[in-house]
Amino acid sequence: MVTGVEFLHLLRGAGFDFFTGVPCSLAKSLIATLEERGGYIAETREDAAVGLAAGAYMAGKQPVVIMQNSGLGVCVNALASLSLMYHFPCLLLITWRGYQGKDAPEHLIMGDISPTLLSTMKIPYQVLSAEPVGDSIRWAAETLRQTNQPVALLLPPGVMR
Amino acid sequence: MKLVEALEIVIPWLGDALVVHANGFISRESFNVKDRLGNFYMIGSMGLASSIALGVALNRPDRRVVVFDGDGNVLMNLGSLALIGATQPKNLVHIVFDNEAYGSTGNQRTITGAVALEEIARASGYQRVQRVNTAATLQSIIQEFLAQSGPAFLLIKIEPDYEERKIGRITHEPPQIAARFMAAIGS
Repeated sequence: MVTGVEFLHLLRGAGFDFFTGVPCSLAKSLIATLEERGGYIAETREDAAVGLAAGAYMAGKQPVVIMQNSGLGVCVNALASLSLMYHFPCLLLITWRGYQGKDAPEHLIMGDISPTLLSTMKIPYQVLSAEPVGDSIRWAAETLRQTNQPVALLLPPGVMR
Repeated sequence: MKLVEALEIVIPWLGDALVVHANGFISRESFNVKDRLGNFYMIGSMGLASSIALGVALNRPDRRVVVFDGDGNVLMNLGSLALIGATQPKNLVHIVFDNEAYGSTGNQRTITGAVALEEIARASGYQRVQRVNTAATLQSIIQEFLAQSGPAFLLIKIEPDYEERKIGRITHEPPQIAARFMAAIGS
């Protein structure tokens, strides 16, 4: 399992330097680390976070948007008609509630369709697992720089402490 | 006051400000009055102009950032007023052209005839908030309003435009709009 401190170190090492989002318990140690160190913008909605990240990118930053997969549903149009259309890269760190069909009822449908939703939007993604977290983060950074488009990392339970 | 009249009063005072435009007639009228390199035209993602502008303003505190927003857009993302109030960007001026209507879909009514958006901005912590009803008042305050320390919120009441007239669409491709704006930011 990776700690929030280690995860942030890997993100910074890959060049990410602007952090916003809406929280999920699966990413709470990362968000706690960001809050301690300052500079995390606690957005009110995931689509607004995508907008904020677009502005940050145009001002020279490499943004990360943290959200639960419920929020992926909220920001579909922002991704389609802002990020993808204008070519605004950002790393979407999306926690995967409803993973493998085991969760509270409100997470099951979105949990089932989250990877398909990303594929449908043609957003490249990898599913994080405990060992090669750093490899996935570096892959994400390289991919978004090559494509100038958003890239997603899905974070299932049991990966981040 | 019509939207185009309000824009013709405000635009000459923008200087080198970076201006993020809401979608619909606000982008299109402003583009037709004066296309500036420092204009970002948000042609989709309704509601997010102020979020985009905040992302610019927080990361470039040395630059004046202005939002040309609409009442329908603001209503769609009221949380953005709260976040601007919470983060207090001194370089952000939020201008809302309020015609109490969704202009580009046929002037269906919004609810700003009953709700004062500037009072929501005030409660959210904007440093200066003002409502303007006439062109004469707008003329008299705009230079100073744009220059002050923010976040500032200016609500300009305008008339819905019921005339059937052709307003040109933005002719730049979206990635080109972004590239021009980034060049104007200097990032």
